[in-house]
Amino acid sequence: MTTRRNFLRGALAATGAIVGAGSTASVQARETHKVPEEALGLLYDATLCIGCKACVAACKAANNNPPEFSTVDKLWDTPLDTSGTTFNVIKMYRSGTMETKDAETNGYAFMKTSCMHCADPSCVSACPVSAMTKNPENGIVEYNPDKCIGCRYCVAACPFGIPKYQYDDPTGRIGKCELCRHRHKDGHYSACAEVCPTGATLFGRTEDLLAEAKRRLALKPGSVTTYPRGHLRHGQLKALHGEQEGKGRMERKGWKDEPNQNYEGEVGNYQQHVYGEKEYGGTQVLKLSGVPFEKVGMPKLPPYSSAATSETIQHSLYGGLLMPIAVLGALTWVAKRNVKPEEGDEQ
Amino acid sequence: MSTLHAHAKPAPVGGSLFNAVTLISGVLIVTMVTILLVRFVYGLGSVTNLNDGYPWGIWIAVDVVIGSAFACGGFSVAMLVYIFNKGEYHPLVRPALLASLLGYTLAGAGVIFDLGRWWNVWNMFWPGSANPNSVMFEVAVCISAYIVVMWIEFAPTFFEQFGMDAAKRKLSKFMFAIVALGTLLPMMHQSSLGTLLVVMGEQVHPLWQTPALPALYLLSAITMGYAVVLFESCLASAAYRRSIEMHLLTPLAKVMLGMLAAFLVLRLGDLVVRGALPRAFGASLEALFFWLEMLCFLVPFFVIGSAANRRNPARLFVAGILLMLGGSLLRLNGFLIGYQPVIGAETSGVNFSYFPSLPELLVTLGMFAIEVFAYIAITRRFPVLPREEVKSA
Repeated sequence: MTTRRNFLRGALAATGAIVGAGSTASVQARETHKVPEEALGLLYDATLCIGCKACVAACKAANNNPPEFSTVDKLWDTPLDTSGTTFNVIKMYRSGTMETKDAETNGYAFMKTSCMHCADPSCVSACPVSAMTKNPENGIVEYNPDKCIGCRYCVAACPFGIPKYQYDDPTGRIGKCELCRHRHKDGHYSACAEVCPTGATLFGRTEDLLAEAKRRLALKPGSVTTYPRGHLRHGQLKALHGEQEGKGRMERKGWKDEPNQNYEGEVGNYQQHVYGEKEYGGTQVLKLSGVPFEKVGMPKLPPYSSAATSETIQHSLYGGLLMPIAVLGALTWVAKRNVKPEEGDEQ
Repeated sequence: MSTLHAHAKPAPVGGSLFNAVTLISGVLIVTMVTILLVRFVYGLGSVTNLNDGYPWGIWIAVDVVIGSAFACGGFSVAMLVYIFNKGEYHPLVRPALLASLLGYTLAGAGVIFDLGRWWNVWNMFWPGSANPNSVMFEVAVCISAYIVVMWIEFAPTFFEQFGMDAAKRKLSKFMFAIVALGTLLPMMHQSSLGTLLVVMGEQVHPLWQTPALPALYLLSAITMGYAVVLFESCLASAAYRRSIEMHLLTPLAKVMLGMLAAFLVLRLGDLVVRGALPRAFGASLEALFFWLEMLCFLVPFFVIGSAANRRNPARLFVAGILLMLGGSLLRLNGFLIGYQPVIGAETSGVNFSYFPSLPELLVTLGMFAIEVFAYIAITRRFPVLPREEVKSA
């Protein structure tokens, strides 16, 4: 009888504590983070891309990465996908006779694959040792090999399959695009945008890039418009929108000076969708395409980040350690009654 | 309470440490060490089939996630005995705790083999680096703490053997706190091992991606814990030719039945509520493995649902094995079978696939061999199993 009563008492105390702690702990869903105001990013316009892969080569050089071979002769760098030592590739979409560029059927198209610099990155939430962090000012998702333990949770977590580990090296690192942040101090921006001959990859503030993307989507396909190249500056953007250029805003402090490289070109037949505006709560790298995004390897994602879901669960259970401490208290109280020191020698 | 339950005191089983089982274990352990040497000199790629699509293989999914769930016997039984005050199960505590202790210690060590930059592992415990938003941080800290707690919980066994009565008496005064911690910590990290998948979002098949993961993993871990105790108790009885502890195993099976029922209600309810159940019908590897997993939970539910079967050691043994398999499949399915790497199928990307390499399998086998070897060595030399009237062979 005593046993049964104690059992019930213990059970009640334990469940009571768990329920009580659960309801008092601040169970508040964490919203998906937003892109910081001064976020930097890229705008990739597939309709402008000619598939020259100058960006792939420039990325290798800027990041000091070795070539990767996928052909028998091993003559030049031919990576098939991003890897621990390839942070940027141009992939190709092929359909039927491949006659028309950017056509879904019987056409072909290009797509850039590199880090999207999410507003709320899974890799940053996943990393147990803060080796993957998001810069609070420019939002670049940065990697620190001196902290990284090589657990590869970031690799598994990324919805774009971007961070990759160098498996063939006993001291392998995680490799991924960091928007060439190591070149920023010299006034250089992302090498891929710097070398892109058609401005298919543009560097700039995400806000400006989004405005530029929306400007293009509003144009009539086949009409002629002005396309910028390299680094999209805020003043340039205003000019493209037909406003006064606003002197002084052409140059951004710290970035190297470049001549105006705008050129006239035909407007492509766009999908009316800026990829990255809403995906996963927003990304700092934005994309435009003539072929539906799912067909060119960009995953269909919800407008919120899994990092938010994961952290909501984690912090509802462990926020401020309230619940664990409450449960521990209840368990200790029950265990104190049931574990007698004398028979403790029995264990 | 144990005055009500007069139990035989634990005693060493005795006997030689050299037999077929320990010798085979030895060979497997040496093989494992050799492979690990290659791994540390030439990198993970030299011995594993890990690739850019599948960053986690069996060293994580099996050695750590499944291995630590198998090691939940100690926590499950200790909770029953000390928290729910079911003193009659006391003789099961020490053997179960030993298996858990070994399982967790090895899972903890196994993580190091898999870490690509293992020399930085101290960052996990460094305030300037630790990331409390990371589920893995919570898992790692909790498991490390639990390993320490379990060694303390098990220490009286060594104290007894070495006649350190003073130390044992001193420790027994604090044992209640250790027991409480030893119950809390596995609840925390076993649930979090499930939460690990949440941040992977779309990459995990909807049959295994749900906010209910922490509860599902915790309930199945406790169920597996009882199943492992059942399994080990039967195995130890057979191997050491001891009488089978049916007076404990029959009621234990009933506790297990309750846990299993709670798990099944949550598992199926969650699938229905999320509308993921239709994904289980169709010709896919995921659907096949889902039904294998489900069968391993449902069959034992009906087997131990019958009182007559609960008194039948053979049926209990089978139910225990199936439940261990079911819990393992739940984890394997979430971490590997249902994990889909991100690829643009219609663009010129690489199609990734993963199946463990022979060296990977041999390391997993080697880890298991260490466990078997240590269990035999410790039960033969230290007071773990209850004393038997008839001496073992």
